[in-house]
Amino acid sequence: MLPIFVIIPLGSAFLVPLVSRMRISLARVLSLCSGAALLFFSVKSIWWLEAGVRVYAVGGWRPPFGICMALDGFTVLMLVVVNIIGFASLLYSMDYARRYTSEGLYYTLFCLLLAGLNGVVISGDLFNLFVFLEITSIASYALVAFGVEAEELEAAFKYLVLGAVASALILLGIGMFLGAVSTLNMADISRSLPVVSPKLVLYGAALFIAGFSIKAGFVPFHAWLPDAHPSAPAPMSAMLSGVVIKTIGIYALLRVIFSIIGFNAVFSEIFIWMGILSMVIGVILAIGQWDFKRLLAYHSVSQVGYVIFGIGLGTPLGIIGGLFHLFNHSLFKSLLFLNAGSVEYATECRQLDKLDGLAEAMPVTSRTSLVASLSIAGIPPFCGFWSKLIIIIAAFQAHRYAGAVTCILVSIVTLASFLKVQKYAFIRKLKDAASGVKEVPLFMKIAMLLLALLCILVGLFFIPVLNTLIKPAAEALLAGKDYANLILGVPR
Amino acid sequence: MILYILCLILFSIGVYCLLVKKNLVKKIVGLGIMEYALNLFFILLGYRWDSDAPIMDKNIVITSFVDPLPQALILTSIVIGLGVTALMVAIAVRVYGKYKTFNIDEIRRLRE
Amino acid sequence: MKEQGMSLIVKRITKITVSLIFLFGVYIVLHGHISPGGGFAGGVIIALSFVHLVLAFGKETALKRLSETAASAVESLGGLFFWGIGLLGLFAGGAFFMNVLPKGRPFDLFSSGSIILSNIAIAMKVGAGLFAIFIAMAILRIPVDEGDKQKR
Repeated sequence: MLPIFVIIPLGSAFLVPLVSRMRISLARVLSLCSGAALLFFSVKSIWWLEAGVRVYAVGGWRPPFGICMALDGFTVLMLVVVNIIGFASLLYSMDYARRYTSEGLYYTLFCLLLAGLNGVVISGDLFNLFVFLEITSIASYALVAFGVEAEELEAAFKYLVLGAVASALILLGIGMFLGAVSTLNMADISRSLPVVSPKLVLYGAALFIAGFSIKAGFVPFHAWLPDAHPSAPAPMSAMLSGVVIKTIGIYALLRVIFSIIGFNAVFSEIFIWMGILSMVIGVILAIGQWDFKRLLAYHSVSQVGYVIFGIGLGTPLGIIGGLFHLFNHSLFKSLLFLNAGSVEYATECRQLDKLDGLAEAMPVTSRTSLVASLSIAGIPPFCGFWSKLIIIIAAFQAHRYAGAVTCILVSIVTLASFLKVQKYAFIRKLKDAASGVKEVPLFMKIAMLLLALLCILVGLFFIPVLNTLIKPAAEALLAGKDYANLILGVPR
Repeated sequence: MILYILCLILFSIGVYCLLVKKNLVKKIVGLGIMEYALNLFFILLGYRWDSDAPIMDKNIVITSFVDPLPQALILTSIVIGLGVTALMVAIAVRVYGKYKTFNIDEIRRLRE
Repeated sequence: MKEQGMSLIVKRITKITVSLIFLFGVYIVLHGHISPGGGFAGGVIIALSFVHLVLAFGKETALKRLSETAASAVESLGGLFFWGIGLLGLFAGGAFFMNVLPKGRPFDLFSSGSIILSNIAIAMKVGAGLFAIFIAMAILRIPVDEGDKQKR
């Protein structure tokens, strides 16, 4: 039952090039159906957990001899995040991608991206995770360079160089562990790690932290992010900022550190300081930006710092806050990038000081952008307020007063930055009445409304969301090295 | 032990080429060196003392094999490296078409 | 039209060797479960036989043998074939990619179940894919923008 998350997007990724040569509308329908099917199964997987952790042995070979796929609470949370944003971006692409001549290629790469993201999340084997991570990375390099303008190619090249270094560091870390314990199953490595010398574990952990932090965009590894995220097509920016940096960066890092190596005080300090640096530097660099999408990319760096700060606190409340902020950030940041894409679609301009007030001309875009801006700034009752509140309370409880004060200050500066965005892009009056700016086509509106509705609903009903999605994920992370017992069974 | 250190020296030469050199084509060569060093490191991990290649045949009596698992991993890793190199070369060709130069110092339109 | 490709000696030798290279590639693919090699290595050799044609005769001749659309179609079909083998394991056996075809005796050509079919699928995908990459770079004419100089 678990491989369905990989079967559906891989099948559509192989079918779309054949089908798109006949009629492009078939390719659109095929990829949208696969996105919808993935969303359906990922929501259903919340109920699969009631019987406990699910393990699937690929090819009939039982772990630890064969490759296995595992579903625990954290996996379910990431599956829901990936597939909601993937479906919304696919809906948005139905109209946005018509501007590209090779539209079939766009849908192929997008389905491969979805296949890679789902595969990273359900994989139970370390090298399998690396292979799906590479599929995701290569698809995202090609999608960033998709509209072949000069700036996009330059951004894609820089992203490629840093991404290749990150993948090489991750592979070197896998090699360290493989040489020590001769197995690749994550549960088996976790069980055999006590016999390995602690220095080797430290080298491996350092390589993994460096590699996954480059992929996630923490400071000081964030150099590719402000160039790559604005240059991609708008639905791809939403996927990159909302899902990719969280899956191949944060999810993989937490899986390795919590379930394989075991969380201790050293990792806690590293995560907290990376979080504080990311929050502060991201927001400082974001204030002076006048390019809409580049501003959003810098804010991504800052908000990802919140997530890793919350998780680095190590207390159950901190981990719940961090994971809830991961979920919320993917919702509102993707919505903001889709809004920026709509503004660019309608006015061909991304500079904030050259935009006029678009509130009357584009009602759906401006209202959803208002919802998203209030969420990211942390205004009740939208979703961002609750997750930031939980992180700040957890920081006070863990006696990290400097970190908590930093969270509050960064949140205020984020509010100021987004008030600027709202004022310049949407609220200022139109200078000339006949500017011909129209609202975006139907599918783009539906995608933005879907995400805005989710922002509002999660903000109002945050307690059921916390109980069904976030608490099992936090428990799965806090179980730590008990993951091995859940996958392989208790040793006799 | 000395073999692993030589592999890591080759890996750092590759990373130096990829990050420090100014020409785009030299960066691609640096990526290739880095990939080779990593693959070599993995294959060396599988060596067992005084063992033979892991190929079975009808009339051969073998006592011990080297570990075949890293060799399967390296096949996958070589294919991934091929994909990344092909993509990098394609992007470099297009960048040359737009910017007329391979020098990374002059490809800086995004900085303003 | 100007003479394409290399000199006459290279063309004569290529006519003999290119089919031998292709046959060698097919041999490596089909014996993937008995001797070293398998889908990826054999696929690369098959692609190289087509690249040999391009180098010796010029791209028109090679594109007459295998055009870009045909290469792209073969690649997608190879991927779908591999996906289908996985699904066959799921529906007939019970696990994704389970080996459900008859396994035969060891060291026979048609033994070890679905490994030989997987090798053929991978060889189709890798061979056509490598040739498509090479042709895409060989026939690409970069649009040279004259008025696109960077301002100092």
